[in-house]
Parts: sequence; structure tokens; C-alpha cells
Amino acid sequence: MSWHVRLLKPLRKLDPAIMTGVVMLMLISLAVIYSGSQESIRVVLAQLLRFAIGILVLVLVANTPPERIRAWAPALYATGILLLAITLVAGKANLGARRWLGVGPLTFQPSELMKLALPLFLAYYYSQRENVRHWLSAVTGFVLIAIPFLLIAKEPDLGTAAQIGAAGVFMMWLAGVRRRWFVALIILAAISGPVLWHFLHGYQKERILTFLDPQRDPLGAGYHIIQSMIAVGSGGFWGKGWFNGTQVNLDFLPEAQTDFVFAGFAEEFGLVGVLLLISTYLLIVLRGLVIAYESRDAFGRLIAGTLSLTFFLYIFINMGMTTGILPVVGVPLPLVSYGGTAMLTFMVGLGILMSVHAHPRTHE
Amino acid sequence: MNAVQPAREHRQFTRRLLVAAGLITVLTALLVIQIFRLQVWDHDLYATQSTHNTIVLLPIAPQRGLILDRHGQVLADDQTGFALTITPNKAMHPEETIQRLRRILPVSAEDQQRFNHDLSHARPYQPILLRRNLSPGELAAFAVQRHQFPGVDIQTRTKRHYPYGSLFAHAVGYVGRLTPAEVREEQMADYAGLDSIGKSGLEAQYETLLKGQPGDQEVEVDARGHTLHTRLRNPPREGVTIRTTLDLAVQQAAAKAMIGQQGAVVALDPRNGDILAAYSAPAFDPNAFVDGLSTAVWSSLRDDPGTPMANRFLRGSYPPGSTIKPFVALSALRDKAVAADQRLAGGAYYQIPGTKHKYYDWKPGGHGAQNLREAIRDSNDVYFYQIAMRLGAIQLGNGLAHFGFGQRSGVDLPGESAGVIPSPVWLRRRYGQTWYQGQTVMMGIGQGYLLSTPLQLARATASIANGGKLVIPHMKQTSDSATQPLDFSPEDIAVIQGAMRDAVTSGTGKSLANDLHAIAGKTGTAQVHHAQRNDSGRVLHDTVQLWQDHALFIAYAPADHPRIAVAVVVEHGGHGGSIAGPVARAVIDTYLDTVTTPEVNP
Repeated sequence: MSWHVRLLKPLRKLDPAIMTGVVMLMLISLAVIYSGSQESIRVVLAQLLRFAIGILVLVLVANTPPERIRAWAPALYATGILLLAITLVAGKANLGARRWLGVGPLTFQPSELMKLALPLFLAYYYSQRENVRHWLSAVTGFVLIAIPFLLIAKEPDLGTAAQIGAAGVFMMWLAGVRRRWFVALIILAAISGPVLWHFLHGYQKERILTFLDPQRDPLGAGYHIIQSMIAVGSGGFWGKGWFNGTQVNLDFLPEAQTDFVFAGFAEEFGLVGVLLLISTYLLIVLRGLVIAYESRDAFGRLIAGTLSLTFFLYIFINMGMTTGILPVVGVPLPLVSYGGTAMLTFMVGLGILMSVHAHPRTHE
Repeated sequence: MNAVQPAREHRQFTRRLLVAAGLITVLTALLVIQIFRLQVWDHDLYATQSTHNTIVLLPIAPQRGLILDRHGQVLADDQTGFALTITPNKAMHPEETIQRLRRILPVSAEDQQRFNHDLSHARPYQPILLRRNLSPGELAAFAVQRHQFPGVDIQTRTKRHYPYGSLFAHAVGYVGRLTPAEVREEQMADYAGLDSIGKSGLEAQYETLLKGQPGDQEVEVDARGHTLHTRLRNPPREGVTIRTTLDLAVQQAAAKAMIGQQGAVVALDPRNGDILAAYSAPAFDPNAFVDGLSTAVWSSLRDDPGTPMANRFLRGSYPPGSTIKPFVALSALRDKAVAADQRLAGGAYYQIPGTKHKYYDWKPGGHGAQNLREAIRDSNDVYFYQIAMRLGAIQLGNGLAHFGFGQRSGVDLPGESAGVIPSPVWLRRRYGQTWYQGQTVMMGIGQGYLLSTPLQLARATASIANGGKLVIPHMKQTSDSATQPLDFSPEDIAVIQGAMRDAVTSGTGKSLANDLHAIAGKTGTAQVHHAQRNDSGRVLHDTVQLWQDHALFIAYAPADHPRIAVAVVVEHGGHGGSIAGPVARAVIDTYLDTVTTPEVNP
């Protein structure tokens, strides 16, 4: 094998559809960030570097057979739980929440690891379990979800806890846990809502009240939502054009490059751009679902299905909060928001999808 | 497992995948509808809002509360000065503007650094501070050439100011620049517009009171970011003024007496726990912290062998030396380990029965047989070695705990140390060592592991001065000065009071005998750990200052109706009576001389 064949071989594991989506998201991300950062090359290069690292990791994961990923799942889950517990006891407090673990100058958010470790471990569990319809399968699943959920909710980081919990519930759904459990879960959630309200922190309540009525305090707590909706709405059909977004450039819109990057994008590129962006995301998500459908292996299809659904969930939550149909929670827009940690998680997740696709295994 | 199952499982999986895909479709439709609504349906509405939008909410910082001494003298206030600001979107090139500004007035590298930092965090229409405290000359020079500097403005800005400089560095503390890590997310709004936060001392303790609550104003900005006009929405709520129990004159007397020394002075009103003075030497100028400390100042403070940043009266743990004797004696009387008039054998040294080691008295040859009152007066070590052995380490420790040793006093300052009352259990836990009896002996004269802060010593002294009540020391004036009655008989306390008076009139504190006010006190000399001693306990190389003992003095006055209790520690000061005593006297004289005039209420 000549050297360039050897070098290119790992790339053969990449899925063309998903890669197309990733590259398009990368271009969109760089464009929005370049405009939002007052045309700072430095910021764009930093994001480009993150993409490069992310894609490298993606290729690496895509070339790891699912069996090996599956073998790691229990250890990953155990490590994740341990780190979350340590974070609660000894984590770095920042702005009142303990979410980070520090080793020297490096900080790390164990909940980020949990975003993948929990689905992996659940897929591991359900793929080896013969009778998924048995009640024990459901209870075990709920317990495995509840442990990281409660640890993260205690930090407090309710947004992330809810996302991780949702990923777990998706997994149980795809694994074939009986329907009655999901009905029960929905009823329980409806009943416990008012009770949980009392346990929320003041600022969390404030966020929900603000979501229900942004005009309560238009220049205070409601400011984010209102400014974000103005940004999206004023973009119109064609958008104001690249670099012409006044909401972002005059700094009416805070966090225009991180959690609210979608608003800046919608302002400058309009409905046309938004539909293109959503289509790109759907391309990735639907391709993921097809990979799940085609997989002959229980672990592969469970993890592929769940990761695709979770990926969509992040997109929905982020765009939902930016456009005012969901309360504000700190969720980045996958692969577009400025920042490295979350991007790495998404890249690993997409890598797992490709690995499932590239390593077909017929069920014996 | 039969062969049909995988196929059935997969059919079910496919069904559920389809349900999920359905959910995705519904949610995507919801999103698209909402975005369509915003961008097409209501586009005109939002487009108008975006061009007129332009109301920005800017916070108005509240005035920070003053800190006053007991007579209303200002110890910390906000000073208004003229400052130079640059508004980024008006000044086209801030870098270049600063370069040109440098031709008419100095801009230090630190100012520039802070400006660059703020620039990357601020909104473009928000003026960013470049220079504070413009002199009239600089002001005039700039005013003349102002038209050449668009976006550069003169503003009035307030800045925390400590008029007495280093005098109250550790008591009042200081404010410093607010860093994001210090404020919890839910409190962010409470710090809108504020750039400093109490970092130490009273400034930190009463941060929430002093800070006030920011108000806000609506600022209308045009599409290019220029300010059109402003409207007040909520006025700020000014910070509360804190009136302290500190007495400027007494604090000044303490600082003056401590010039050139390292150590601490605490003066309390024994009747209610009011802290009249609390000084830690050497001190530093808190004004240097207000704007963010420069690296040069910071490293010089950090590397100073005198550790000026250390709060010695609150956190300094010293062996109390012989100043512990009145408290040991009172515990012994209460526990009937000795009677007040009982004479114990004296001599040059003490030996634990059955052992060889000799524990020497400080006075060569010793004092001879003495009763308790004489033993305190002359600071008879051999007497107290015996008392300590009679009580035993645990009972002795329990007795000292009554006076507040080994526990935080509850003073209203952050970071208080608790000191140490050692015990066999403590020694095992802390150092994994076994207690030996010699440690009990040393504890009787306030040596060994026994450690006390100057504040604890002053508080304990106050409890003898006021006839047996433990006060809670405080710096903020309060009507509620709870005292806790101690379990000691008035007769026993009277014996100790008499002995402490004797110590000053005819004992180890004789150098203070011709005092203006009747002082009762007790000297102490705390052995420094690494001092080398010869066989008889004499310090070798006692000319080397670092090896000299700490000098301590506790006192109260007037002896009959005490109004002030003082503890003084002079590190490496040598003998307590001659070095620490005059400091205590200066503080007492100042207080009793000035307090006779009625207090002024401004």
C-alpha cells in the first residue's frame, strides 16, 4: 500500500452525507463568527482550529469499531459518575455553580462526558438484555439515568441535566421499553411540575417567568429574548446581509457568538439562510436515523438512533430559545456556536454514527 | 433466543424510529412556523423595532456607604475625581487615540492594560475608563485640544478612598476590582455598573450593606450607536453608612507606638465588646488596591519579610506566654487546684516528680515560696508549672476555653483564626504525636502548642476587667452587645484583678507604675520556636532580632472601673513589660484622656 493510500484510508470510513453537513455548518459558523466578532481574524482562526481538532477526533472515532466503543461504555459511565461526584464536592465554583473540575490550569466539565457516556452505557445495557419488555429493564434504565441527572441538577445545571435525561429516555424508547412507562413518565412530569417549582433557584424561576412573559422586565431579564427575537424578525426573508446585522454589531444582542449565534445568523441571512441551516441539520439527523435503521446490530442501531435524536434536540432547544418558544437555557447551537468543548462532544457523537455505519455487522 | 426475535425486535425498532422521526417533523414544523412568523409575518414590526431599537439599559452605580469611627470621623469614603474615558464607537482607533493623548498627559502602562481589558468586555457605546484623578493642569491641557479627540470625554467618577491610608488597613480593609468569579450568577444584577467589591476587613464583612443597589437608566442610541438621550428608570439605592466602634485617636496612638515594630494591638471596651482599636503592624496602604493593584506593588507586598498583608490581630497565632497566667490561675481557683493564700514552693526550677528534666524559672534562682497573687505579680514560672500539673492538660484546657481561647470570638470580620488549646487528643490528631507531661508544664506558662490571637487575648482580658463576662468583640456599632456570664466566683476574679494591679505597681510591669490612669496588667514573653537556648533556658544569640522572644502585654484601666482592655504583641520584641507595655499605655492613656470629653454626634 503506498503512503497516500494508507493516509487516506481512514477517510473512507467517513459518511459523505454527514461530512457534507459538517463542512456546511463549519462554513456557516465561520461566517457568522467573523461578522459577529467585528471581523476579527483571530477569533475565526481559533474557531477553525477547533474544527480541525474536532474533525481529527471525528475521523479517529469513525475508525474505531463499535464493538470497541461498546466495550468502553461501562468504564466511561463509571468514570463520568465519579467525576460528577467529585465535581460536586471539590469542583470549581464559578458564578455560584460547581460545574467544572480543575487539574492545574485545565478545567473540564464532567457533564460534557456524560452526554455521551450515558447513551453509550444504556445502549450497552439494552443491547445485551434479552427481555426488554420486562419491568426490570425499565427500572434499571431509569436508575441509570437518574444518577447522572440528579448529580448534574445539583450543580446546579438544570438545562444540561434535562438534556441528558432526555437522551436517556430516547434510548429507552428505541430499545423497546414498554409504552406504559413513557405514559407514566409524562403523567409524573405533569404532576410534579408545580412541586419542583419550589425547589428551583430564584434565577431559574426568573428565567421561566421571563419566558412566559418577556415584557415583564424588558430591559432586565427579558432583554435576551426580546433582543434575540428582534434580531431574528428584523432579518426578514433575505436577511440584512453579511456584516449588516445591527442587532449583533451594535451589541444589542448579548452572547451573539455563543448561545445566541442563531439570532445573529438569522438577522444577517434571513429566512433563506435559516431554511438552509435547518436543512443542513436535518440532513445530518435524518442520515443518522437511516444509519440506525440500516444497522443490523442492536448496540449500533440504538446508539445511532439516540445520538441522532439528541443532536436534533440540541438544535431544537437552541433555536427554540432564540426564537422565543422555549425558555433560555445555556445550550450552544451544534457546531456553529463559538467554543470548543461542546463541539468536541458533537464531533465524537458524529464519529460514533459513522463508525456504526462503516462497520456493518450482521446479526448471527 | 429463537431466530424470529431479532427480526421482530427490528420491526419494533423501526416502528419506534418512525415515531421519533414524526416527533422531529412536528418540532421542526413548529420551529419553521415560529421563524416564519418572526421573519415574514411580523417582519415589519421587528424591522421597525430594530431600527428604533435602540433603547439600551445602562446601570447607574450606587454610592458606596461610608465607614465612620465612633465619633463620626470618616475612615472610608467615595472620592469624586475627574476621569478620562474613551467611547469605542466614537473614537475610531482607541489605540491611536491613546498614543496621541500621551502627548498631552501621561497614561501609564497599567492604565493602558486595564483599558484594553475593559475594551474587550464592554459594549461599544459604553465609555471606558482610561485615566482617573486628572490634575487641574491635565484637565486644562486636554480641554484646549478636546476637538482633536472625538470619543474622548471627561467624566466624574467616584473611587473608594481611605483618608488615613495604612492606619485601618486590616480593620476597615479595602475594596478591589470586581472579578466575575466573585459574583454568583443570581447576584450579577446587584453588581451592575459596579467595578469594585469589598475584599477584606469591614469592607468585605458588610459588603451587602455598604454596596447599595444599582439603579438603571434607559439610554437611547441611534442606529450608529450614538447616545441621543437618557431617561432615569430606577434611581440607585445608596449604600448604608457603617458606624464603627473604632476610635481614630486610639488607633493612631496604637499605630504610632508600633512604628518600626511587627505585631498587633487590640483595644476593647470590656463592658460591651466595642473594638476601640485594632492595628496590625506593619500595615499597607489600602488605597493601592482600589483600582487594581499593580504587579510591582503586589510583589513588593508579597515579598516583604514583614508580611504587611497579614492581619496579625485577627489571624496571628502567638504563644501567649505569661499573659496566660491570670487565666490559668483563675481556672485553678475555680477547680480548687490551689487556694488563693496557699504558698507553693519556689526555686530556680521545677521537676516533674520522678523525672530529671528541669523547667527553669525566667528569673535566675527563682522567687521562693509565693501565694497566687504574688506569683502573678512576679510572673513566677515555677508556681505555674505546679498549678498546671495539678490541673492536668485537659482541665487546664477546659478552663482556658471559658475565656474564649481556642475558639473564634465571633467578631464581625472575615477570616478570624481560632488559635489552639492543645490536648492529648488534639496532638495525636494533628501531629500524630503522644502527649508528654512536660507539655502540660509548658502550657501553664503559655508556651508550647498553646496559641492565641491578639483579639482573643484582649477579649479574655476584658472578661477579667468586667468581673467575669465574655463579650463578643465587634466593630460595627450595635445596641445589642450580648455578654456571656462566666462561671467564676466574684471573689476569685477580685484576687486576679488585684494581682494584675500589683503586677503593674510593683511586679514585672513596674515600668508602667507611674501611670496617669490606674492600669492593671500582665506581661508576657513568648518563646520563639527556633530560638536556641542553653541548658538553663537562656536564649543564645539574643542580639539577633529574629531569635528574640515575642513581647506581650495585656492590660485594662482604670483598675476600679475598667473602660478599656488592651492586648499588645510585639514580635521579637524581647521582654513584654518594657517593649509591649508602653504600647498598651499609650493606647490606654489616649482613650481615657479623650473619652472624658462628651462624645460628639455629627
